Amino acid sequence: MDSDDEVNSVISSEDLGGDADSSVGDFGGDDSDVDFDELQEHDGFDTQEKDLKPRKKAFEIDHKVYSPEDIQRQQDDQVAEVATLLEQPHESTAILLRYGRWNKERLIEQYMDNQEEVLDKAGLGQDVQKSPPRIEVIDGFVCDICCEDTPGLRSFALKCGHRFCVDCYRQYLAQKIRGEGEAARIKCPGDGCNRVVDAKSLDILVRTDLTDRYHQLLMRTYVDDKENLKWCPSPNCVYAIECGVRKRDLTRVVPTVFCDCKHSFCFGCTLPDHQPCPCSLVKLWLKKCEDDSETANWISANTKECPKCHSTIEKNGGCNHMTCRKCRNEFCWMCMGMWSEHGTSWYNCSRFEEKSGLDARDAQARSRQSLERYLHYFNRYHNHEQSAKLDKDIFHKTEKKMTLLQSASDMSWIEVQFLEEASQALQRCRQTLKWTYAFAYYLARNNETEIFEDNQKNLELAVEDLSEMFEKPTDQLSGLRVEMMDKTTFCNRRRIVVLDDTAKRLKEGVSYNLHFYGFGVVC
Amino acid sequence: MTAPLPKRIIKETERLQTEPVPGISAQPHDDNARYFDVTVQGPDGSCYEGGVFNLELFLPDDYPMTPPRIRFLTRIYHPNIDRLGRICLDVLKNNWSPALQIRTILLSIQALLGAPNPEDPLNEAVAKQWKDNQAEAIKNAREWTKLYAQPKE
Ligand SMILES: [Zn+2]
Ligand SMILES: [Zn+2]
Ligand SMILES: [Zn+2]
Ligand SMILES: [Zn+2]
Repeated sequence: MDSDDEVNSVISSEDLGGDADSSVGDFGGDDSDVDFDELQEHDGFDTQEKDLKPRKKAFEIDHKVYSPEDIQRQQDDQVAEVATLLEQPHESTAILLRYGRWNKERLIEQYMDNQEEVLDKAGLGQDVQKSPPRIEVIDGFVCDICCEDTPGLRSFALKCGHRFCVDCYRQYLAQKIRGEGEAARIKCPGDGCNRVVDAKSLDILVRTDLTDRYHQLLMRTYVDDKENLKWCPSPNCVYAIECGVRKRDLTRVVPTVFCDCKHSFCFGCTLPDHQPCPCSLVKLWLKKCEDDSETANWISANTKECPKCHSTIEKNGGCNHMTCRKCRNEFCWMCMGMWSEHGTSWYNCSRFEEKSGLDARDAQARSRQSLERYLHYFNRYHNHEQSAKLDKDIFHKTEKKMTLLQSASDMSWIEVQFLEEASQALQRCRQTLKWTYAFAYYLARNNETEIFEDNQKNLELAVEDLSEMFEKPTDQLSGLRVEMMDKTTFCNRRRIVVLDDTAKRLKEGVSYNLHFYGFGVVC
Repeated sequence: MTAPLPKRIIKETERLQTEPVPGISAQPHDDNARYFDVTVQGPDGSCYEGGVFNLELFLPDDYPMTPPRIRFLTRIYHPNIDRLGRICLDVLKNNWSPALQIRTILLSIQALLGAPNPEDPLNEAVAKQWKDNQAEAIKNAREWTKLYAQPKE
């Protein structure tokens, strides 16, 4: 279908990914700036070992999961390292590193070039007072914020010398941290002063509940600033993931990562796992589905299914005499009944016969064809998505089935475990299948497409088989145990075949159908 | 739930009466010492010259940790002031410092009348006019000042 469009407008992902990394590199690159290829595990020199250890698949991505404690340690280590180099106290070094978005090399370079300017910009400008900031009682002090002048009033000033009473300072910090969620760049309360409040001063001034929040916020900024770190997007999850895949790699790799909280997501766009479909296509596809929901409404209003073969038929003009293009069934648009049962009074097709209508019909046919093409992929995508949305239901259903099966047969809990494994395999495979359809929509047709489609079909068949077994009444399930276990393994294997094949292909550069991809889209 | 008025507000209010800022007045309400009736005179040489603009100013509970709320009551043709009288001014937002005061804020507002900034607009239509046809914009501002901002005898 649509072969004309595809032949004329094929482009490879090489071209599409062209300048994707122009935005990276300023403060983006850092110590772990390794090319994606280098991340692939090296083969052991011992062939035996290689055979024992399962080789990493092309779609598997190296990544690490970090706890908040790990992240804190990372920051502390870097601060310690740079502090020695710059001969600055730790708290000032931390401010400098945050200012430089944790790009050590670049910061050190800039610092060596123009120390004064860097210090000033970072919020560590000219020191008015040399001694380290501490709480003091100063004779004749009046606080500019609260106008208090009681003798013995405790006050505090950063090195800029803007002095305020401790109470006001505390309220100010609380407002910034709790009220505004600010941490990395809280400035001195003095009007127009750029001096940044350091962690040590904060510890002197506020109580632990506020310092905890402060450090939490600092940690947020740290992870947000590092290109190779991302928070797990799962709600309430505290872990961060490290992954070396860069923005510029995203046309060639779909970096699915697995958090310790069991959530799997794409490191590139943080959406739930969408292998094998690359991020930019996912974005396009989701946008298309959104935009086309109106089209979809139109379709439901203007098309009907042939009552015999169920293929989609669009009503053209005022004629109610419908003939299915596929099975040649003739029926009435109004009542969906057989046309032969209608008298000629219904026949109202004169407009259709007009010559002027010919071109219009052609255009209509083309647009219908492209709609049908979209619908073909969308319906399959949607079907698997719906199944994936039933995630929770299926899980509960599985648990119930497992309990039932356990009491109905002599099986132990361990022995009924195969049901949960089957259910998980189903979920995983449907997730993958769903995205193969979005991917396929944008794929240009060539010899390799057939292999892809075969793999996809095989996975889909396996999944539907397993799904069917799963629906069997509980009393039949124990008899199906071995068969289901085999099918589960088979499904998982078919999924790996799909993912491995597409991952390899992506790496080499895939040809997309520009007609559907859209011009000038580089994500 | 009326807490005693903080020393800071008492001092500021006193000083506004004893050392008034030229061209600016701020009078607290008898029944609410945090609510001020404000007038600002259009700066000499600006297109608001001769106008007297009424504003309302309110000091929130957490003042001076958060800035005062302030709004024009008199209609004014200005790219940084919208139809509701809200003002786009950095010191009222990100650049607020608790060391700033009512008088400094009112001075900033007066300065804003003298130097409209159509590059950072709050009122898109006026800002566009200001950029496309400045003479016309200034004429409008003058007319509005005559129309809405005349001092009461
Ligand atoms: Zn300061
Ligand atoms: Zn104070
Ligand atoms: Zn997680
Ligand atoms: Zn992605």
